[in-house]
Amino acid sequence: MSVRFCDGGESCLVAELGDAIDVALNRQVRALGQALEQARVEGVLEAVPTYRSLAIYYDPLTIGRDVLRQQVSVLYGSLGDQGDRTVKEVVVPTVYGGEYGPDLECVARHSGLSPDEVIRLHSEPLYHVYMLGFMAGFPYLGDLSERLTVPRLSTPRLKVPAGSVGIGGRQTGIYPIESPGGWRIIGRTSLRLFDPSSETPTAILPGDKVRFVPIAPRD
Amino acid sequence: MDAFEVVKPGFLTTVQDLGRIGYRKFGVPTSGAMDRTALRAANLLLDNEEGFAGLEATAEGPTLRALIDVVVAIVGADMQPLVDGRPVECRTAIEIRSGQTLELQRARRGLRAYLAVAGGIDVPVMLGSRSTCLPAAFGGVRGRALREDDRLPIGPVDRQPTALIGRRLPSGYLKPIGEVLTVRVVLGLQEDQFTSEGIHTFLSESYRVTPQMDRVGVRLHGPSIAHRSSADIISDSTPLGAVQVAADGQPMILLADRQATGGYTKIAVVIQEDICRLGQARPEQVVRFRQISVSEACAALQTYEERFDVLRRTWQSPPRERGSYRLRLGAGSYRASVEEVRGTYRVSLEGIERELDDAEEP
Repeated sequence: MSVRFCDGGESCLVAELGDAIDVALNRQVRALGQALEQARVEGVLEAVPTYRSLAIYYDPLTIGRDVLRQQVSVLYGSLGDQGDRTVKEVVVPTVYGGEYGPDLECVARHSGLSPDEVIRLHSEPLYHVYMLGFMAGFPYLGDLSERLTVPRLSTPRLKVPAGSVGIGGRQTGIYPIESPGGWRIIGRTSLRLFDPSSETPTAILPGDKVRFVPIAPRD
Repeated sequence: MDAFEVVKPGFLTTVQDLGRIGYRKFGVPTSGAMDRTALRAANLLLDNEEGFAGLEATAEGPTLRALIDVVVAIVGADMQPLVDGRPVECRTAIEIRSGQTLELQRARRGLRAYLAVAGGIDVPVMLGSRSTCLPAAFGGVRGRALREDDRLPIGPVDRQPTALIGRRLPSGYLKPIGEVLTVRVVLGLQEDQFTSEGIHTFLSESYRVTPQMDRVGVRLHGPSIAHRSSADIISDSTPLGAVQVAADGQPMILLADRQATGGYTKIAVVIQEDICRLGQARPEQVVRFRQISVSEACAALQTYEERFDVLRRTWQSPPRERGSYRLRLGAGSYRASVEEVRGTYRVSLEGIERELDDAEEP
């Protein structure tokens, strides 16, 4: 499969490796990002892995776009099936329902399940972290059980508390800081996900594995 | 050392530098000055590094009391600055004495003014930058806009550069934006998700800035831009200046505090120089988009950067008071002499010399 390049203005080159939400494809994106970081190409400022593409921010007065394209193609061609960077498993203790998960009942009704079944289906899988985005430290986790697919809120909440666990489409995620949000909130964790005083400011990194563990309040 | 105490914070005043690079993969917004051109020029006026942090004042500026003698420069929106009630120049290095009060008023033209101070505002560096990140509430002064009684420290300077007082930006540098702001864009990242009529609408119609505009982005209103089928994409990275079009067909330009990723189609990305102009746009401003190629955008960036080079050369390494230089122009070689006459430099050129010696610097 070849890379599809798109320009995001004069200082961003996006390398699209596919057009799907897929763990293997996402792993390739991260591998390409790591290869590019290791290659220390002069003029490349940062590489941002997302679901299916790598956004490369660069200084076009230092490296031309065509040279950069070529270097990225070469790196992509020489990516082996080498293993991913050491990924870790992050356990997220979560209180489901009640004041912490105001949409749990509604999700249960919508999917024809009991709240306990929703909790079981949500906490069963070992989720893959596709990327961080939306806000600082917000992990996009997949794949959520098809049975839990519910529409987003028609009017997003103005304030979703920090630590809220939400679901949207085939994804689930955790709000690291209080913010507006349109996903259905089914629980909350006290795990601190974002710490701007640390050079690695997020508890969860792209490629990590995440497991939700139901707990009782005040555990 | 604390240089200022905030008497009145103004509408929205934050500490900003040129932004946070290298942390987008953690979902961290880049933040930074909305009009980086103005902040860079203000810093250059004071012989600061261009990336030093300054204050970004929005719509109505703050009132600050100086706690020490400082040299400052205000560039950007015209907020009619007063020192102890008397008008002072914008775009000029000025001194504020300990105990004096600097008041930035309501912006007459433009939206954001930048206050740079010799030595820079010295709040802690967080994730590589001193910029305030409002969405994630960190950086700057405790991750928020200034409040009354905040104190602003400045970085170490041997002494405040009083010799710079009176230095001003050349007139014509940083012109205010006109009635119609034409911004240059490179199409993409998802221009193929729009119909050709949609792209034609985007490039030929006028859009108006709505009141929904802040450091995250500017929502525009105008003729609807048609998608081929869907306005949604698998979320990807959002470059600064990306023009996102959701299902309602209305464009929104993503700016400093935008989300690091987004799930709507991006029809184009505004070039860097013009992103700074957007930082001065107020509600009702008319915006038009003009398409250029990536190589034209690079050439524009080069020209833009050269204008800063000129300022740097003029200010940071003034020509020797007297000297003789050899200039090469085409096949000819000229002898130029420079001398200082009453504060300005006089350059005289003497005849063509056939012999092409090694040209001397500069």
